[in-house]
Amino acid sequence: MKTRLPVNFLIGAVLVALVLGAAALSLVWTPHDFAQMNIKAKFGPASSTYWLGTDQLGRDVVSQLMAAARNSMTVALAAVLIGGSIGTALGLLASAIGGWVEDLVMRIADIGFAFPALLFAIMLAAVFGPSLTNAVLAISFINIPVFARVARASANQVWTREYVAAAQAAGLNRAVISWDHILPNIGAAIIVQATIEFAVAILAEAALSYLGLGAQPPAPSWGRMLSEAQTLMYLAPQLAIYPGLCIVAAVLGFGLLGDGLRDITDPRLSRER
Amino acid sequence: MSYLSLSAARVAASLAMGALLGAAPALAETSIIIGLQQEPTSLDPTADATASIDGMLETNVYESLTTVDESGEVLPALAKSWEISEDGLTYTFKLEEGVTYHDGTTFDSADVVYAFTRAMAEGSTNPSKGIFKPIASVTAVDPSTVEIKLTEKDAFFLFNLAQGDAAIVAEESADANNTTPIGTGPFKFDSWTRGDKLVLVKNPDWRDAADVSLDKVTFRFIADAAAASAAMMAEEVDAFPGFPAPELMPQFEADPRFKTEIGSTEGEVILAMNNSKPPFNDLKVRQAVSYAINRDEIIDGAMYGMAVPIGSFYPPHGPAYEDLTGTYPHDTAKAKELFTEAGVEGTTMTLRVPPFPYAMRSAEIIQAELSAAGIDAKVENVEWGFWLEEVYKKKNYDMTIIAHTSPNDMGNFAKGPDYFYGYDNPEFTALWDSIRTESDPEKRNALLKQGQEELAQQAVHGFLFQLPRLSVIKANIDGFWTSSPVLYQPLAGVTVN
Repeated sequence: MKTRLPVNFLIGAVLVALVLGAAALSLVWTPHDFAQMNIKAKFGPASSTYWLGTDQLGRDVVSQLMAAARNSMTVALAAVLIGGSIGTALGLLASAIGGWVEDLVMRIADIGFAFPALLFAIMLAAVFGPSLTNAVLAISFINIPVFARVARASANQVWTREYVAAAQAAGLNRAVISWDHILPNIGAAIIVQATIEFAVAILAEAALSYLGLGAQPPAPSWGRMLSEAQTLMYLAPQLAIYPGLCIVAAVLGFGLLGDGLRDITDPRLSRER
Repeated sequence: MSYLSLSAARVAASLAMGALLGAAPALAETSIIIGLQQEPTSLDPTADATASIDGMLETNVYESLTTVDESGEVLPALAKSWEISEDGLTYTFKLEEGVTYHDGTTFDSADVVYAFTRAMAEGSTNPSKGIFKPIASVTAVDPSTVEIKLTEKDAFFLFNLAQGDAAIVAEESADANNTTPIGTGPFKFDSWTRGDKLVLVKNPDWRDAADVSLDKVTFRFIADAAAASAAMMAEEVDAFPGFPAPELMPQFEADPRFKTEIGSTEGEVILAMNNSKPPFNDLKVRQAVSYAINRDEIIDGAMYGMAVPIGSFYPPHGPAYEDLTGTYPHDTAKAKELFTEAGVEGTTMTLRVPPFPYAMRSAEIIQAELSAAGIDAKVENVEWGFWLEEVYKKKNYDMTIIAHTSPNDMGNFAKGPDYFYGYDNPEFTALWDSIRTESDPEKRNALLKQGQEELAQQAVHGFLFQLPRLSVIKANIDGFWTSSPVLYQPLAGVTVN
């Protein structure tokens, strides 16, 4: 039976397309060079030249936002890919072997959950100095236990299916079964989780940059734009509002998209609709 | 918060009592909270170069033989009077009598001898050993008289003695001053909560204690400009001398709860270059950096116009100031050319920046300016402790941005290659010696001008601007200095109305 796409999926998809589109476009074109300062023209109003005006150093706000979108997406993508791969692999491993290995992996995941991501990022920054790479590492790290749990829970269900039992009877080893049969069948759950984690990663990146632990100047970042706009709230509130709106759009977009995907892929939910 | 509401309750109680008793003196404890950007890692001004140690403690907890007023004039402190011999080489100080340290031990000439001997000792970590360089001997003539003999005349000697570097610390307590400072001043150290605050309480035994109106002073450490302005707005702090956000000054100015002041400091803000290390041992590279920076842009962008540009290492309000900002005027093309000639175009240099808004904001602009001249500057924002250790002590840096707020600090360039500038110029050292020993002000000023010219020509650093002293103070508080000729701010004269 053909069903209409859920509303949250549609709204999410539009927002995500906007953000990703801006990020992709910034690779080849921005209205101005985002790092170009023109201090004499600082706090410029929106105009046909500067669509959203200029910031405290006379840089074009639109170009900054676009380039920041690119940074944000890159960090989120890298962090979710790294954290997701490691986490999923661990979850599959735990599910395939079971017993004390499963317990061990899951307890380590619990510890990972208990460890605040910001603290970890600050630690990394203290040891290696703040950088975008360390922000990616820190956000990847918080993603590992999330994916490990989802992968293990989904995989455990798949292991009980008849076709898996058949594969076992045919003499395939557990690693091959995990790769050939379990992974494809938990793919949907992982993708849904990845979309939601993407939103979390964007927020984490913004928070780290806000604290000065993410992208270093001159690389623009929504988080840092926000923190720099803080003392300018009375002079130029728009400088805080624009990056704030971008973060909201990106996080909301990926969150809704993730929800929508889950609604579509989860057979129980789609029957109820 | 609880502290605030408590003091509010006290004020209310005292008002009520005042109303009942008519003209009875106020019984409320007078206390203020002062915001401070820089938290030191030690509380001993004779062992660490951090400006805020003096800022909080010198003349308040620690005292020196002399002190200075807002105009920079030298006044008596622990020495109530002094005589200088004809040849200018022997200083005889008459000390205050009946003075005790905060731990109860008595102060006399032996303490003075001890403090100087400690500062002058071989392994001393005193940040301004130059102050003690001309001293030949320190002798206790009797318990209230000290005689200091110099090897050469020193025009700055009495002024230098007024600094925290020359605080008279006691043998009994000196080693613990790092964490529990003991001095003879109008305020006693109460507590230091790292990362949060430092509390001083009035010393009732101080010689002029009757004139001190504050009972308690709390310094709160707030490094972040946004947090500083929020704390000020919420009246969580009463005064912020050295306010870090120039963009907010007009806003506080317009608010009747506060008064604002824009004064000057002795602080020269420089883009320091590691002269001992390639590529900055090459004059061409340093000149190129000087050409690359645009002071007007930096002052406009980082300080919102509230600073005076400098072209060398001397504050513009000083008597010997010479405007040398035109030595290497901003010229990106020229900078690029020189970088290319020196073979460093396109290389990466690290700019390690301490956590002060003036420095971080300047860094962002300088980075863009250097990039326009073909140099990729990597900005690293570091903590103050890290900066002191890596940049200041280990000289492990390419470039940094820092304000030198000590008075008469052109002598920094005579400290030789061991100082973090890595600047080794015997000619300048000789010139500085002649400046120090010249007692005729006219001649000295001429020599100081020569010194400024030399430093500007050599492009030792990128000379940026004079650090302003921006103060935001609650309207009912008086007695804070507008400008500061030294690192400290005496609190004995601060009153709350």
